[in-house]
Amino acid sequence: MDFMVFQYPMITVQACLDGILLGILFALIAYGMALQWGVMNIINIAQGDLVILGGYIAYFMYLYGIHPAWGVIVAPVIMYFLGVLIYKLVINKVVDRDLFISILATFGISILFMQLMNFAFGADVVLANSDYGTTMLFNNNVVLPNSKLFSAFISILFAICLVIYMKKSKLGRAIRATAQNARAAKILGVDTEKVYAATFGINAALCGVAGALISITFTIHPYMGLPYTIRSFMIVIVAGLGNLPGVAMSGMGLGVFEEFADYILGTEFRIGSVFLLLVLILVYRRFKLSRKREYLK
Amino acid sequence: MNKNNLILYSGILIFGLIAPFLFPAFKVQLSILCVLIVLATTWNIQGGEMGYNSFGNILFYGLGMYLCASVQVGMFFPLAEWTESGGEKTFVHTPAQFFQGMAVGLVVAAIVPTIIAGLIGYSILGLRGHYFAICTLGLGVAAGEISGGIEIIGAGQGFTTPPFPDVGSLEARGEFFYFLSFFTLILTFIAVRSIYSTRFKLILNAIRDNEDKAEAMGIETMKYKIIGWMISAFFCGLAGGIMGGLVGYIDSTDVAFDGREMGVFMVLMAILGGKGTLWGPIIGATIFHIFKEGFWTFFLGWQYVALGVLIVVIVIYFPEGIMGWLREKYPERFGEVVDEKDRKAQVELK
Repeated sequence: MDFMVFQYPMITVQACLDGILLGILFALIAYGMALQWGVMNIINIAQGDLVILGGYIAYFMYLYGIHPAWGVIVAPVIMYFLGVLIYKLVINKVVDRDLFISILATFGISILFMQLMNFAFGADVVLANSDYGTTMLFNNNVVLPNSKLFSAFISILFAICLVIYMKKSKLGRAIRATAQNARAAKILGVDTEKVYAATFGINAALCGVAGALISITFTIHPYMGLPYTIRSFMIVIVAGLGNLPGVAMSGMGLGVFEEFADYILGTEFRIGSVFLLLVLILVYRRFKLSRKREYLK
Repeated sequence: MNKNNLILYSGILIFGLIAPFLFPAFKVQLSILCVLIVLATTWNIQGGEMGYNSFGNILFYGLGMYLCASVQVGMFFPLAEWTESGGEKTFVHTPAQFFQGMAVGLVVAAIVPTIIAGLIGYSILGLRGHYFAICTLGLGVAAGEISGGIEIIGAGQGFTTPPFPDVGSLEARGEFFYFLSFFTLILTFIAVRSIYSTRFKLILNAIRDNEDKAEAMGIETMKYKIIGWMISAFFCGLAGGIMGGLVGYIDSTDVAFDGREMGVFMVLMAILGGKGTLWGPIIGATIFHIFKEGFWTFFLGWQYVALGVLIVVIVIYFPEGIMGWLREKYPERFGEVVDEKDRKAQVELK
């Protein structure tokens, strides 16, 4: 245990800023998860692995001499088609089934992806260097890499574009209609199969963007997928489905929590604390709901 | 118990007792098979009968593994120094110490997870459906990550369990662990079989089919859910303790709390065999183990890719499992009376 973080205010500021910038990225991934959860009612355990795969796309561009920031354009395009492919092969067979079946099936996809990435890219921790430099704040006491600012900016940009797209475009309307009532939407002429495929593709594309940004700002590793899935799941259940400001806020909250856990408990307990927080949140939610049930009785 | 069952059970028992002498090269594999069957059968208590699909039984398995090894070492030597030195080099268990330690360790490994399951059961089992699945998944991974940071049980570098003492025979280690796991399997089977013939199983099935209705009928569902989970935890802890001694080395995320491997295996084995049946997990585990060992040998390096594909294929195309398929094909064998007239009427209705 190390409480230095409370004795020196600058470290607190640093942790908060880092956490918020990180949390915006989490919120972007969680937005994708909320989308597919709301529309198709499946929970995708492979979400985090899609993120890592997006990161590797940016990393490979970096290796071949292209600036990795272009990854935020290339990764979503590739990931969209990959997402549609996954949908056609696996997800469309589990959409109407028991939720546990979809969890297990996507768990299988997750293991598959993890290993394929391990073979293709090796088990090293890598990052794509963007050479953006750093910004110093408060008398050089707080260090902010510009890449983090860049990634937060791009995430917000993508989120805003997506929200506008969902509100205005024809496909966006079809997606929202399917989320509300798939059967009614079908009767009114919406091709729900296509909507599902597009939803999964958009989710994968969002993961691709987030992954590319993570490869620039942090590090990626083939086995780091599951924590991202758990984080986005946690953000969605805290915020609730279809609550965008809530997703953003709880994403940032989670980011700040993680940074403080990192400072106080030590880096080796960081992932553990995320998973423990998930358990605590679910248990809290269970007691809250059971009180509500008793009240209804 | 009718005559056919008696022949079947005694046949399996005799085969189990002479198997290590018939196939001396496969003793370790057979022991692992016994452990896998125990895990799949106990997973089935919640996953199949109770409808609570848990990824978190790995928590009890890993806990049992660490507890058994820690007790076995800690009874005679300072635990911290043991894990520091990598174990066997500084301290040596005499045969008597080893077996005493193992016996006490296994008791602790079974009891403590059961108590923990009882304590956390009230909070965790109140969750429904996918929330329960994800929560238990989180529990397993969190336990792995946290135990990987605790110094006294070896942290990231792992924990070497006490090596088998020199009792004069090279075969002794394999035989000891085989019979240990085989008797655990028999114990589990008897326990589960006797549970399944009582009202308890019917209550679990009622919870699976409609929990709110079961509650409305006056069943204290929470009590039974916790008891079901505690039974699972007991045998998972026992299996973990044996497996720790068998593998000889405990790592927090790769051996003990291996949610990615063992945690999914137990689910997969039960589903492959057919969840909600007594024999399903046993058949599933046997087939899965044979298949897995074949893959692990011939496709070395690609085994996880194969595992991922296998999960997807089983889940999508074979969710009822082998027993479910058999039941559909030969309903008479399962004691289901098919009324010809009734069946025809149903076909016409469709």
